[in-house]
Amino acid sequence: MERVLTTPIAEGEARALRAGDVFYLTGLLITARDEAHRKALERGAPLPLEGLAIFHCGPVVQRKGDSWEVVAAGPTTSARMELFEAEFLRRFRPRVIVGKGGMGEKTLQALAEVGAVYAHFTGGAGVLAAQAIRRVRDVFWLEELGIPEAIWVFEVERFGPLVVAMDAHGRSLYKDLSAQVERNLEAIRARIRGT
Amino acid sequence: MDFVAALAEALGRAATLLPQDVVQALRRAWAREEGPAKVQLEAILRNVEMAGAGRLPICQDTGTPTFFVRFGLDFPHLKELVSALPEAVRRATQEVPLRPNTVHPFTGKNPGDNTGRYIPAVTWDPMPGDSAEIHVLPKGGGSENCCLLKMLAPGVGLKGIKEAVVEHVVACGGLPCPPTIVGVGIGGGADLALKLGKLALLRPLGQRHPEPEVAALEAELEELLNASGVGPMGLGGRTTVLAVHVEYAHRHPASLPLGIAVQCWAHRRATVRIGPDRSITVSQ
Repeated sequence: MERVLTTPIAEGEARALRAGDVFYLTGLLITARDEAHRKALERGAPLPLEGLAIFHCGPVVQRKGDSWEVVAAGPTTSARMELFEAEFLRRFRPRVIVGKGGMGEKTLQALAEVGAVYAHFTGGAGVLAAQAIRRVRDVFWLEELGIPEAIWVFEVERFGPLVVAMDAHGRSLYKDLSAQVERNLEAIRARIRGT
Repeated sequence: MDFVAALAEALGRAATLLPQDVVQALRRAWAREEGPAKVQLEAILRNVEMAGAGRLPICQDTGTPTFFVRFGLDFPHLKELVSALPEAVRRATQEVPLRPNTVHPFTGKNPGDNTGRYIPAVTWDPMPGDSAEIHVLPKGGGSENCCLLKMLAPGVGLKGIKEAVVEHVVACGGLPCPPTIVGVGIGGGADLALKLGKLALLRPLGQRHPEPEVAALEAELEELLNASGVGPMGLGGRTTVLAVHVEYAHRHPASLPLGIAVQCWAHRRATVRIGPDRSITVSQ
């Protein structure tokens, strides 16, 4: 059975997720990249974010009359947002951060404090993401930041698959894996030097 | 078809249709993976299918428009081709659509049409003959950020090259959207080493370098990298790279430049061939 989480997500629901779980998201998914994070921390968020999901994404969109159509909307590299994410989580209390590539220790700690998870969406799968976006409800800071960096408010249905890569209990798949990869690397180095 | 239309068509195909050799390599990877790695490859393959069916960009990062042109010394339409390249980029940006990705490094201003100073990036290589081949390689920012130039001490030899490639690609983890295709350029000067790495990416997957020593290095690097366990999207697994391609140039006695061009799984490419009689084919 596929697990679906619907926004607003309660703290308990986020805390029940464990690293490695797969789920889908229904409800509001809000894009925010570098500039949107910076600006929100400076001036406040343009809408309440508690219980919602944040998406590290700069979409390809097309204007269709009065509305917007999302053509492709995969994740961007989350590591760049490590500068802002811990403070962002504490201040605005979203429950899910969606991105790719993982984030660092400061974010991991803030996820545990706030009761939120970092979920990985397949990098490059921009069409798969777009087909789960039912509607663009709103867009903020479009004039100032341009299409990729603006805050897009997406209504999504069964957006995923999302892999819980960092949970609210201090566990990170990236951290677990990097220990394993480091051991593999030792063996690979030995093979290269030995040949 | 005029040059602009053909080149815009190639940019559109590259953005929306993944070449069959790449799709096959992803399918083979899917077959041997399990757990989170298989979930990632499933999502990738579904995405590729949906993008192709709807002629939609595979990834929202439609990349920096980049062309590698091999033109015959007797090709009669060079002037027209030079001006057709940026025009085709403008048209494809509107029609596909592509994400406007060119940003002025000082003002932050984005002209909105994917052109700008030195962009589209074009490499011109003359060859004998009277036709032209234009290779389109729109490359995303995530994988481009993982490209690297290393000036090695020649004394480290082939082992040093292997170690440097493995250390770097593994250190990149999930950032370049693995499973990646890695282009390795050895020798030349600093600029040539990186250029050779990029050129190596143009070769179809499954096609080895014609020289056996180079082909053997490609196979060995693939095996070593896939033993790292980084896996699809850096979530662990057996497939970290789909392929490693190596190209080389002669080097200075004091230098061993190593250029590593990392390409994401969405290895988008297309080729336009133009004959002296203006006959045009677009292929992938």
